[in-house]
Amino acid sequence: MAVNYSAKEEADGHPSGGVGVPGGGAVGGGGGGAVKTRKPDNTAFKQQRLPAWQPILTAGTVLPAFFIIGLIFIPIGIGIFVTSNNIREYEIDYTGTEPSSPCNKCLNVSWDSTPPCTCTINFTLEHSFESNVFMYYGLSNFYQNHRRYVKSRDDSQLNGDNSSLLNPSKECEPYRTNEDKPIAPCGAIANSMFNDTLKLYRIDNDTRTPITLIKKGIAWWTDKNVKFRNPTGDGNNLTALFQGTTKPVNWPKPVYMLDPSEPDNNGFINEDFIVWMRTAALPTFRKLYRLIERKNNLQPTLQAGKYSLDIAYNYPVHSFDGRKRMILSTISWMGGKNPFLGIAYITVGSICFFLGVVLLFIHHKYGNRNTSADIPN
Amino acid sequence: MSQSAAGGEGAPQVLPEGKERQRKRRRRKKKESKTRLVRSSLLLPEVEPDKSKRTVLACNRLKTTKYTALSFLPKNLFEQFHRLANVYFVFIALLNFVPAVNAFQPELALAPVLFILAVTAIKDLWEDYSRYRSDKEINHMECLVYSRNEKKYISRYWKEVRVGDFVQLRCNEIIPADILLLSSSDPDGLCHIETANLDGETNLKQRQVVRRFLELDSEFDPLKFTSVIECEKPNNDLSRFRGYIIHKSGKKDGLFKENLLLRGCTIRNTEEVAGIVIYAGHETKALLNNNGPRYKRSKLERQMNADVLWCVLILLIMCLFSAIGHGLWVWQYGEKKKPIFDVPGPDGKYLSPVLASVYLFLTVIIVFQVLIPISLYVSIEIVKICQVYFIHQDKDLYDEETDSQLQCRALNITEDLGQVQFIFSDKTGTLTENKMVFRRCTVSGIEYSHDDNAKRLAMYQEPDSEEEEAAPKGGTLSQRDSICSHQSIKVIHRSQSTKTHRRTGSRAEAKRASILSKHTAFSSPMEKDITPDPRLLEKVNECAKHLEVMRSHEQPLTHLSPELCDVFDFFIALTICNTVVVTAPNQPRQKVRDRFELKSPVKTIEDFIRRFTPSRLTSGSNSSSSSSLATSKSMHRFGLSTLSSTSTDSTLLKLEEKLAYSAQMNNNGYSSQQGKMAVGGAPEEGELRYEAESPDEAALVYAARAYNCSLVGRLSDQVSVELPHLGTLSFEVLHTLGFDSVRKRMSVVVRHPLTDEINVYTKGADSVVMDLLLPCSSDDPRGKHQKKIRSKTQNYLNLYAVDGLRTLCIAKRVLSKEEYGCWLKTHLEAESSIENREELLFQSALRIEKNLHLLGATGIEDRLQDGVPETIARLRKAGLQIWVLTGDKQETAVNIAYACKLLDHDEEIITLNAESPETCAVLLEQCLQCVESKFSNTIDGATGSMTVGFTPLYPPSSSVLSSLGLVIDGRTLAYALEPALEDKFLALAKRCRSVLCCRSTPLQKSMVVKLVRDKLKAMTLAIGDGANDVSMIQVADVGVGISGQEGMQAVMASDFAIPRFRHLEKLLLVHGHWCYSRLANMVLYFFYKNAMFVALLFWYQFYCGFSGSSMIDQWYLIFFNLFFSSLPQLITGVLDKDVPAEVLIAVPQLYKSGQNMEEYQPHMFWMNMIDAMYQSLVCFFIPYFTYYDSEVDIFSWGTPIITIALFTIILHLAIETKTWTFLHWSSCIFSIVLFFFVALVYNASCPVCHPPSNPYWTMERLMGDPMFYFTCIISPVVALLPRFLYRTLQGTLFPTQLQLGRQLSKLSPETRTQLLTELNVKETICQTRLFADSFSPSLGSNASDCYKANNQSTPLPTSPQTRESLFREHAKAEHKTNQTVAASPPGAVLYEENKLPSSASSMERSMGLHEIRCGTSEVESLPVGTTFPWSSAVDQADFSLLKWITSTPLFSHIGTVLQVSSSSLQNETQDSMCVLGSSLHVDFKGLKEESSNNFQDKMKGTPTDHCKNDNSETTFL
Repeated sequence: MAVNYSAKEEADGHPSGGVGVPGGGAVGGGGGGAVKTRKPDNTAFKQQRLPAWQPILTAGTVLPAFFIIGLIFIPIGIGIFVTSNNIREYEIDYTGTEPSSPCNKCLNVSWDSTPPCTCTINFTLEHSFESNVFMYYGLSNFYQNHRRYVKSRDDSQLNGDNSSLLNPSKECEPYRTNEDKPIAPCGAIANSMFNDTLKLYRIDNDTRTPITLIKKGIAWWTDKNVKFRNPTGDGNNLTALFQGTTKPVNWPKPVYMLDPSEPDNNGFINEDFIVWMRTAALPTFRKLYRLIERKNNLQPTLQAGKYSLDIAYNYPVHSFDGRKRMILSTISWMGGKNPFLGIAYITVGSICFFLGVVLLFIHHKYGNRNTSADIPN
Repeated sequence: MSQSAAGGEGAPQVLPEGKERQRKRRRRKKKESKTRLVRSSLLLPEVEPDKSKRTVLACNRLKTTKYTALSFLPKNLFEQFHRLANVYFVFIALLNFVPAVNAFQPELALAPVLFILAVTAIKDLWEDYSRYRSDKEINHMECLVYSRNEKKYISRYWKEVRVGDFVQLRCNEIIPADILLLSSSDPDGLCHIETANLDGETNLKQRQVVRRFLELDSEFDPLKFTSVIECEKPNNDLSRFRGYIIHKSGKKDGLFKENLLLRGCTIRNTEEVAGIVIYAGHETKALLNNNGPRYKRSKLERQMNADVLWCVLILLIMCLFSAIGHGLWVWQYGEKKKPIFDVPGPDGKYLSPVLASVYLFLTVIIVFQVLIPISLYVSIEIVKICQVYFIHQDKDLYDEETDSQLQCRALNITEDLGQVQFIFSDKTGTLTENKMVFRRCTVSGIEYSHDDNAKRLAMYQEPDSEEEEAAPKGGTLSQRDSICSHQSIKVIHRSQSTKTHRRTGSRAEAKRASILSKHTAFSSPMEKDITPDPRLLEKVNECAKHLEVMRSHEQPLTHLSPELCDVFDFFIALTICNTVVVTAPNQPRQKVRDRFELKSPVKTIEDFIRRFTPSRLTSGSNSSSSSSLATSKSMHRFGLSTLSSTSTDSTLLKLEEKLAYSAQMNNNGYSSQQGKMAVGGAPEEGELRYEAESPDEAALVYAARAYNCSLVGRLSDQVSVELPHLGTLSFEVLHTLGFDSVRKRMSVVVRHPLTDEINVYTKGADSVVMDLLLPCSSDDPRGKHQKKIRSKTQNYLNLYAVDGLRTLCIAKRVLSKEEYGCWLKTHLEAESSIENREELLFQSALRIEKNLHLLGATGIEDRLQDGVPETIARLRKAGLQIWVLTGDKQETAVNIAYACKLLDHDEEIITLNAESPETCAVLLEQCLQCVESKFSNTIDGATGSMTVGFTPLYPPSSSVLSSLGLVIDGRTLAYALEPALEDKFLALAKRCRSVLCCRSTPLQKSMVVKLVRDKLKAMTLAIGDGANDVSMIQVADVGVGISGQEGMQAVMASDFAIPRFRHLEKLLLVHGHWCYSRLANMVLYFFYKNAMFVALLFWYQFYCGFSGSSMIDQWYLIFFNLFFSSLPQLITGVLDKDVPAEVLIAVPQLYKSGQNMEEYQPHMFWMNMIDAMYQSLVCFFIPYFTYYDSEVDIFSWGTPIITIALFTIILHLAIETKTWTFLHWSSCIFSIVLFFFVALVYNASCPVCHPPSNPYWTMERLMGDPMFYFTCIISPVVALLPRFLYRTLQGTLFPTQLQLGRQLSKLSPETRTQLLTELNVKETICQTRLFADSFSPSLGSNASDCYKANNQSTPLPTSPQTRESLFREHAKAEHKTNQTVAASPPGAVLYEENKLPSSASSMERSMGLHEIRCGTSEVESLPVGTTFPWSSAVDQADFSLLKWITSTPLFSHIGTVLQVSSSSLQNETQDSMCVLGSSLHVDFKGLKEESSNNFQDKMKGTPTDHCKNDNSETTFL
């Protein structure tokens, strides 16, 4: 802060050495040259007479501000609201707590039950989804923002650092080693990775047509390409590169076998893994699972109609009253569907406008008083 | 009071040999522990038995540095950890190292604490380094030290000087250590030193060689010094030194402070001195006195600390809440179904809910630590330093005349200046210039009004007011020349001072001292050029002529008429009864050496001339001037005999010239007279300058010089006086009994050269001297005459006092040889005693100062400083209560108070003079009742011996308070300050607009301040300029010193030092207000900011299972306060101006906001907290709902929140900022830009760093997201809407005074001026109307005026009087003399009867102050509240005043009361206490022309304002 102060001094063009030392701060400015007087410099800065704007907050002066805020906010709000309303969104809770739910049988699955408990949920889309559809899984009551949980990772290991791979950070405890082998990826976040498999079918006259779910491009580009990297070594054989490490406790397969279908999507750069590792801010969150691209311009991405969702139910949330959801949503420039901001803008704009009117009234009634009359003697 | 401090120093120590023995007998038992033994360091080691002991003594090396290179780090850290806040923050930072609770990266958490510690440490280091450099410079100054090997004095560094070394010093050298003076080149063994560096007093002080060494015939040889010196342990008492020197022979000599040269002083006027070092280095008195800077805690800071404690409480509650929340959260999952996101400990086991919550408690303390603002203390320190800098730079607080500016000595109480409620002011030197100007005098009962002198003084007013004109008028040219010459001297002097100051270790002090010496060294022409009164001048000449004739005819002096005798003695007393040192102008600080051989009294002038020899003129630089002086003197003397017959004429001629060109007079009567009279045109020598310890003394000497009775030289045992016709007379000074504040007088005992009698000349306060006069019987005519003279003198004294002059009585006593011998014996005993010497000397002085013969009295004017009345008026408008605490006598004080508008003529004055605690109690009780009854609109409270002229018609309102003034004298004050009465006194004083305490001692002053400070819990400011104000200044919350005439003690003790009293106005009203409002707003803002920030984190705990998680990256969290949000608030704290300076000055009422703590009231803290909670809720939940159930990750969500918070916090400041300069704009913009810049750089810097947040690319991505911007726009708007609306509505509907003031400044200048005029007119009208309602310019008589007049013609009975008789007398007398008297303003004046001018010879003077019998409670009620047809009352011949009072219905109450009290009075005869109403406007002329009936004439002469005059006239008609 002291630094800032002197910066201010210099900005004014009157550097003075005596800021901190009263009594020594007199800068000689005597006209006589030889005779130094202690007379302080008559500069605007030192005499505190810098040109200044002195706003006075009265009804009269702030009126325009309220109207301007009102007039700007309401259109913005309407714009956001309309955009948000145009977003199609469909959500299925497949936790299976209700006995009627097809997934009820899987409610108490464990992490590594083989074969996985599967269930299918049929649903109907009332409206077609015109543009690209994003498929999310959502978790509720899942505290991914817990302080110890958030910390429980080793970024350098995930960045492909070979020494960290074999000797993960202490932060990963107690998911650092298993049976004297370092866990890759270590830590609680990785250990608790979401591992349900969702498949979407369109039911068209009792025929189930699988819908292509794209698993690339769901993670941040920077995460995929900069932050997360596989360990480097001779060759590209991930199995060899992860030699000497063990899989996280809850995982059925090691990290280099996450995506059997695509070799490039394995190891630390598996996009599902990357998405999971980006810990959610709030206990209710969704994470991008797959993309459904619009095929051509003639057909909507998802037509209105019947669909079924096949779930390989692996992820236990019942023990902590968690919920699992699958969400299908189109997105706009403002992201997913959320009417809140639009409503907020409209409300605030209206309030400001209303207050402007009230202030106008006050201004007319009280604003013209002779103010000095109020200064008592 | 400088007199008291330095009064005794010039006293010569005439100790005849025979007394030595006595002293030895009284040798006290020495205690090894309390004394120090000093031996010559030149002695061979084997001669020193206890060398081990000597090594303990400090060497002369000065070391003011705190640290060494090694000790710096530990010592500085240790000191910094004395601050509790630092300990707290370090504790928090260390807590982070515990893995179980850590919230942040431990190293990172240490950063802010280390940063702040480092900043402080660097500051300390820099300060210490500059101290080191100045120490080094001082330590390497050189001085001459005697070397045993070389057998001569050789040059050594100061740091090498040791105790026991012999040091030789030359003229103008600085004394390197405390040195016992053993030899001096001065034949009398004297040495003059200037103590300006020590106490700022610029006059020269005499020091004396130790007696026995004075008598050495040969030159002092250090090698032969074998004595041992035993003295006190080092102490810091500058005015005391005791010890004795034990010679080889076993004889002992006492040592006193007159023998000690103090380190830091400068040798003046003395060629060479030598001495032995007694105390060196840090044991010198100068350094022991050099205390470090003072630390006061301001009121605002105290309040702030309380609120910091509240913050701690809030923090604990939040932490507790979180801990319990977390415990419950953990508990709800039970033991078995642990969720996967709950991470077990490193050992794989889950924590129990209780243990988890305990850990969490500690964690959240770390997370929420920001609530206790770490940067608050540092920020406040920075802001205060900047504020001090700006106050310092204010050119309005710079005094051109003295080239001095305001100095802030305490850095941390600037805001207290804005909250002062009580001002305690000294009078002399504070309200007044302390430039004493001789105004008038009375000799032998005849008054010399010195009208021409008054005119001359009036002329000085004009150049004062007109500032500087480009070209000096012809008439003042010579003056300017002389001023210029002073300045050239000053340049030299100053260059010396700059070097010298360092010894005392403090730079600023020395600088000030150098200014001071610049302007106080010599009196201004105004003080020097006194125009003599022609009548008196004639008498002086006549007298001199007579004497000359007598001398030539060898006649005894007794043939002179008593009056002329008195005149002669009067001037002799003025000239020699002082401790003034004479210096020549061309050789600054060089004593005039016109010493003549004189060991036995001079009998005749011839004898004198015979003895005249230039042999003792000192050689060296000043010899030429002295010899020329001598020559001119001899010439003069020759001329005298021839010119004596015509001298009177020439004098008169001269006088006329002077009257015509009074401003032109270069210096004084002396030199011009000299020039005229010295036949043959002897080269006109430069004028002599008088350096007095107190300005009064100089004024008197200059006055005497105007009557050609000039002091031309002073030595320790001789004073030379140049007289017309008689030439130079040398008085042998036998004793000087210095001034002290208890005796209130000083005396010199001299042998008169003409009569060879031993004379005592006493000069002192009239109250004291009048009681010491020789009682004279009324029988013989001579005695009667004496009595008459006394009473006349007393009259004039009272008139002087009424005119606001400082009065001094001059008296003389002729001692017979026997009497003198008798006294001398005891006196010498006293002088030579070592134990309680002061006490014995005091007793001894009492014995000789009695049976005095009154010569006359003088009136010295102490002019008010520029702008004092205006300043007081404005300060009072600002709601400040001003109390004046002065040592002056009551009348003088009251009149100065009127002059500076402290008391108003329309104000009622309650005067408290009590002689015993009982009366005081009664009196207070009655006054209180009176005052209270006023509020209940009855006046029956006016009881007893006390009358208050309250008005019954006056409506009870708060403004009643402002119309009361309280005057209390020192003795009564002493009673009133006793624990039993202090509450009552305070209750009374509280209701008075102004309080005037007269005759108060320094201790009383501080007691009063303390009383008000502690009991009323009020902010007090004490302002003073002298040593007597030091205690008061120290006690007050804010101590202000005036760097004026009286030395530096007050300045040293003060927090702020200002050059003039008028600067107080801007200091308080503008800077005080600004500092307070800035700091108050800043502190509140700080609390708000931190609370708002922490609350964001707190709300998040509800959504993260109370796990202590934070959505804001720890870097932002830790550096937010330090970097992103600190600059705008600092700029605002330093530069914001809520109301412009012009408006603050023009409308002083605005100051009240500070007094009432309007900017920072306790509830405001909570309001701010609530606002902070609201704002944080908005800033938290708008992003919450925006991003609810989205794919957002923690830090992508937290970053918008902190961005919003930053915007909100800065915009919040923007709402609170009243003045926007480019600095404000740029600081706000800078902060925001800095935040984004840091965020972008930080987020792009390292993909794997900064665990756990690892915010790589977060900000970059956010900035590509429109939602981020929409969130950032709406949230601050919503958050700030309530505050903005509140401010707006408040500004429109219920504007505070400050807001009105701000609006005022917005108006165009014309409108503003108009409004302000209206405002003032309104005020005046309002006042006048009230005034008219209540006091209805009660014409009628100023009763005390009448009274006074009566007393002149009507003798009063000596017996104790009842009031009735007194009044009757009074009224009768009034009728008799048919005196119409000026209208009296309503008010009550107490008048002690024996102080009233009374020509009654029956009045026993001896009754004096101590046994006032007749003065028992006079009660006089004044006509107030009604227009009283006084003339009719006068017509009614036999109407007693009392009857009249009782007959007037309105006053019936008082009447009865008076009667009641009169009976009760009888009991209290002993304790006089008197009351009278009204302020006295008596004019001298009027009193002289006692028979004058013309009211109008009187009014003209009355020094009341015109308004008053008009009032009286109207009513009279």
